[in-house]
Amino acid sequence: MNFSCGRGAMSITSSSAAWKPADAVADQFPAGLRVLVVDDDPTCLMILEKMLRTCLYEVTKCNRAETALSILRENKNGFDVVISDVHMPDMDGFKLLEHIGLEMDLPVIMMSADDGKHVVMKGVTHGACDYLIKPVRIEALKNIWQHVVRKRKNEWKEFEQSGSVEEGDRQLKQSEDADYSSSANEGNWRGSKKRKDDEEETDERDDTSTLKKPRVVWSVELHQQFVAAVNQLGIDKAVPKKILEMMNVPGLTRENVASHLQKYRLYLRRLSGVSQHQSNLNPPFISPQGATFGPLSSLNGLDLQALAATGQLPTQSLARLQAAGLGRPTAKSSIPMTLVDQRNTFSFENPKLRFGGQQQQHMNNKQQINLLHGIPTNMEPKQLDNLQHSGQSIGNMNMQVASHGAQNNQNNSLLMQMGQPQSRGQVLGDTTVSQSPGHPSSMGQPILSNGMAANFASRNGIPENIGGPSYNTVSQASSTLNLPLNFPMNHASELPGNSFPLESTPGISSFSSKGVFQDVSSEIKGSVGFMLGYDIFNDLNQHKTQSWELQNVGMTFDAPQHSSSLQDDLHIMQSVSVQQGSTVQMNGHNRSAAIASKAMFSAGDIKEHGNAQNVNQHLNNLVDNARRVKSERIYDTSPANLFPDHFGQEDLMSALLKQQDGIGPTENEFDFDGYSIDNIPV
Amino acid sequence: MDRNRLQHQVACMRRSLFDQGYLDEPFIQLEELQDDANPNFVQEIVTLFYSDSARLIQNIEHALNSRPIDFNKLDDYMHQFKGSSSSIGAKKVTNECTVFREHCSAENAEGCIRSFQQVKQEYAILRRKLEVYLQMVGQAAVSQTA
Repeated sequence: MNFSCGRGAMSITSSSAAWKPADAVADQFPAGLRVLVVDDDPTCLMILEKMLRTCLYEVTKCNRAETALSILRENKNGFDVVISDVHMPDMDGFKLLEHIGLEMDLPVIMMSADDGKHVVMKGVTHGACDYLIKPVRIEALKNIWQHVVRKRKNEWKEFEQSGSVEEGDRQLKQSEDADYSSSANEGNWRGSKKRKDDEEETDERDDTSTLKKPRVVWSVELHQQFVAAVNQLGIDKAVPKKILEMMNVPGLTRENVASHLQKYRLYLRRLSGVSQHQSNLNPPFISPQGATFGPLSSLNGLDLQALAATGQLPTQSLARLQAAGLGRPTAKSSIPMTLVDQRNTFSFENPKLRFGGQQQQHMNNKQQINLLHGIPTNMEPKQLDNLQHSGQSIGNMNMQVASHGAQNNQNNSLLMQMGQPQSRGQVLGDTTVSQSPGHPSSMGQPILSNGMAANFASRNGIPENIGGPSYNTVSQASSTLNLPLNFPMNHASELPGNSFPLESTPGISSFSSKGVFQDVSSEIKGSVGFMLGYDIFNDLNQHKTQSWELQNVGMTFDAPQHSSSLQDDLHIMQSVSVQQGSTVQMNGHNRSAAIASKAMFSAGDIKEHGNAQNVNQHLNNLVDNARRVKSERIYDTSPANLFPDHFGQEDLMSALLKQQDGIGPTENEFDFDGYSIDNIPV
Repeated sequence: MDRNRLQHQVACMRRSLFDQGYLDEPFIQLEELQDDANPNFVQEIVTLFYSDSARLIQNIEHALNSRPIDFNKLDDYMHQFKGSSSSIGAKKVTNECTVFREHCSAENAEGCIRSFQQVKQEYAILRRKLEVYLQMVGQAAVSQTA
């Protein structure tokens, strides 16, 4: 690996030592801002480094995205902001952006010589807090500290509101869900609420911050509990409060769950979006008539088992499919209509395609999956390319396996069939969800529905996907496997090594090393929790596209996935729009969401899971990194600790607090971190 | 050589580089970044640009010579090259890159080949000019310290 990473003129130790006296540091802010700049162009990298140093920032430069992620993981709190190029050879800048947002929740600034509207829009939708056009001027860099402050401010606000939000939540939830009963939950929050009521505001803040600040480490078990709760509740009813109730984890806050839920949804949405693309790429198949709605349930078990046995379908995904299938009654024909309508509503996606259209013909496209996942087929080629690109690195996923050989087809068809009832259920769920505005819904389901949707759509004669669905299903299954769902992680170990692109290193390794993936998949089982799931799904989908191209056997899969994805997107949009209304300055930072208790994944559990087979290097590193994550406290007991170890915390805090006073209560009751992705028409 | 005269020559050449459109604003940024800590910053960047971009030039050549031409890849390479050249303020080079990319998106192989010749030409011309210019700058700097 040819990268240069050096901390400017200061060594790491010396730099941190320089910031000991908080007061002195505060005066110097934004000097000392710790910036990580990533660009594969050495000329630009050097220029940027020099510029940033001139701004008195503490600069670390990297010429590879993977390296950047490693560095960030190893120094969880070692950076304040990341600046990354969009086009990089080893990883698409937007993908890096997503990873950083999910794992470290740092503000990320994208830059590129490309100033096309669609690319800039991608930055927005992927959560970049700014987008700089190259050549970058030093003036543009002088103000990047604002993104750091803004993000901290929003996080602080989130915490603050967490207590008072409970009430708002309850009211809102009740409107969404008649069955909502917060009694159990109320009990959990009673203490904190009382505290808020009884104490002074400042004390309240302190307590609140103390209570809510510690970062939650989403260990594998925790995530499994989370997913189990989500599945049990059903996508349409999976609200943070209920999930929290079901999980019954002491110390876990609603915000923790809400934040995690949002990420989970995005992840699922991405999956469904990916699936769609893949489906679309394939030549249209005829819908399987008389689709197996009925017998599917039996098929589910059978086929899934068989698949799992053959290693085609990861056990986890199998379990997931089964659970999903069981939980979902067969869908009705009415659903497709909704889906179709939804699809139409997302027509704006087409122009989006246009922008990026040129490159997308081929798999070599490095661009990120389109942000509007689950949006209609038009997006496919582009997404396909993206998928393809990223998928390639993953290599031997089930999908690809499926792409070769007849047996795969068979499996796919089986899967497809199995998927159907699930998709229907999914669709139903989605439909329901969409009807309840502001109800974050189908995130959990999309995965399953992707494949299912395909089946479903095909049934309705929607001519879309082509062979995709089966793959989607499979991939989804596998991807679900990767997700640290509530399914026995152990199963993962049973899976053949090459069945999953379960990558220990979220995103990174998945992109680059095929071999690693294989090893990892057998062990990690969703190890690093959520993050892995994200990447895995992504990768899986990508692989799927590849396999589709190869396959195209008489399977009819439309893009019902689109529908379901649309639904998801619709929901997301709803939630997002609400969120947007509430969080004033979320910008692209939605991800960072204001919730300090970000889901941090502790890979420590991975090893405990007993699949210590060949933990490849990445996995090891990842685990180590994740372990270090543990429970980070964004805010210590002192409320002024916005920039730990760095800037004048107290000064910053007082500044923020002042600002907060001026900001009215925002409706933060939605379970979203404020992703404003979907409702931004191109 | 007389210091003032040398400095004057440097200033004149610099001015003409800008006036004739060889260099642009970003080059000025580079010059402003040069300081005591990095007294040869501009020279270093220019050197780095030319050594790194040689690789890109090769990639583009190769891609243009392969059949069928992969326009996506071509565009990708050129995008990188353009980003690089624009960051040092190589105006004419960057402009030719833009023309090239237009031909690329139109999948006009002949246009690509032609415009690439232009890119290489401007690239070479600028290199020579910068070599002369920076050498003069170096001499003027030395004469100052002398």
